[in-house]
Amino acid sequence: MSLHKMTLTEAHGLLRHKKISSRELTEAMLSRIDTVDPKVGAYLTVDKEGALAAADAADARLAKGEGGPLTGLPVGLKDLICTKGVKTTCASKMLENFIPTYDATVVEKLKTAGAVFPGKLNMDEFAMGSTTEHSAMQVTRNPWDLTRFPGGSSGGSAAAVAGDLCLASLGSDTGGSIRQPASHCGVVGMKPTYGRVSRYGLVAFASSLDQIGPMTKSVEDCALMMESISGYDPRDSTSVPKEVPAYRELMKADEGQGLSGMTVGVPVEYWEAEGVDPEVMAAVTHAKELLESLGARCVPVSLPHTEYAVAAYYVIAPSEASSNLARFDGVRYGLSQRDGEDLLSLYKRTRSEGFGEEVKRRIIIGTYALSSGYYDAYYKKASQVRTLIMEDFSQAFKACDFIISPAAPTPAGKIGEASDDPLEMYLSDIFTLSANLAGIPGMSVPCGFTGQGLPVGLQLLGRHFDEATLLKVAWHFERAADISKARPTL
Amino acid sequence: MKITKEEVLYVANLARLNVDEEDVDKLAVQIGNILSYMDTLGKADTDGVEPTTHATHLTNALREDVVHTHPGMEMTLANAPEREDGMFVVPKVVG
Repeated sequence: MSLHKMTLTEAHGLLRHKKISSRELTEAMLSRIDTVDPKVGAYLTVDKEGALAAADAADARLAKGEGGPLTGLPVGLKDLICTKGVKTTCASKMLENFIPTYDATVVEKLKTAGAVFPGKLNMDEFAMGSTTEHSAMQVTRNPWDLTRFPGGSSGGSAAAVAGDLCLASLGSDTGGSIRQPASHCGVVGMKPTYGRVSRYGLVAFASSLDQIGPMTKSVEDCALMMESISGYDPRDSTSVPKEVPAYRELMKADEGQGLSGMTVGVPVEYWEAEGVDPEVMAAVTHAKELLESLGARCVPVSLPHTEYAVAAYYVIAPSEASSNLARFDGVRYGLSQRDGEDLLSLYKRTRSEGFGEEVKRRIIIGTYALSSGYYDAYYKKASQVRTLIMEDFSQAFKACDFIISPAAPTPAGKIGEASDDPLEMYLSDIFTLSANLAGIPGMSVPCGFTGQGLPVGLQLLGRHFDEATLLKVAWHFERAADISKARPTL
Repeated sequence: MKITKEEVLYVANLARLNVDEEDVDKLAVQIGNILSYMDTLGKADTDGVEPTTHATHLTNALREDVVHTHPGMEMTLANAPEREDGMFVVPKVVG
């Protein structure tokens, strides 16, 4: 088996039994990036030196019988997660040359676990977008069809995993930015519960919505990554002091029982939504039947405030972004346009040249929504609607253990053919963004392909801090559906 | 909802952004369309509903007031576009 094609779990087995070394694995991955990534465009930065040094350190640990399940394994990072000494650009001209002086907590945790970082992955600028076409750096292509986009905003993270350019990656999800590209690229992606994973060192987009999460080739790998990155962090006051469950163990507990005794919620507002591609609907309907054949019982549930979710989200997220992105002022780090005459022109010229079109649009919308006289009509109203959306889920979870839907209404589209109308792009997030508003965990698991061979993802949504149920369901589903072994040819 | 060119420029200034003359009309239309869509929120009955700003009902996160070592000025200033005597340099602010 080619080394790059392995899952984390498979590669760990070979490393532990000394069949391969981390250096061999890392060199194979770097040479694959050299030859294949020019077609995909997933990486913004490749850190060969750092990766090989980490691989040698991992081999030394493994030789002594030390190390854990991630020691020596190449993991890619979305380029908005700070890495000490390695450029972190957010795919923006604003941070084109920014080299962080510290590691994000998730990076620290993965380093301690012995993971190897081959590089940083492309994204929509500051995570604002659904196609990765809003990157100021480069185009990323979908490994299943190089004329199509990989989804976004964690498009590089999804494409790198699908294209075997890393064994797993981290993305971030503010309104679907892990789950939608995972769906488009046929990989597993999880947005954890708000507060499950520390955001210290994550460049902030919308602070009440952002979460970091794994993107992997298998559900078991996803559970493994969750065990490694989760947990309370005193440096992120929104992280929650709760013990991290042994997800892999829980996932496989009572294996013979399948999903019997579990109840699946099927929200009418999602399953009867307009504009869903018929092939996507066919794939998720088949997935629903498969869950039933595994012993789960389906019940209809209602999320009556779904119709307001997009509007509420696109008030709250840009409002928070307009505040978060105020820090980019050309004074302390990042781009700085200093040839103007005063401080105001330093601010304005830096921000006007540093931010791309979509980022500016969202900053303006957010600033408008928060400005004097409009706050009650927009931000306050949206925050009240957010309460109603959370209550919808609380009600629904009284009748079911988890909820299923498509992760995205359509498969991946063609590069350059996305609508010029930003509102149309926003509306395509309908199935994913409610989970961010409610703070609940969600994941996308590959569930089939369209006639043209494009992957489709099934979304699972769960109760707060109940990632374990989602992983268990996904693990059983993956084994029964038997499609995770399908890989694109590059 | 219609938003005027003047409103776009006013808000852009609040956000410390310059907007090119040729982009103002397009932005006014796009933002107007987006805000019109936001107006669907008006249909939701939110009488007496408390706003949610965080989904996990966190209360204040307090910690012991313990002295830590500061990572040092060099780390803080490492990315400064311009520095002098251990400080960030900005254009003259007062006359």
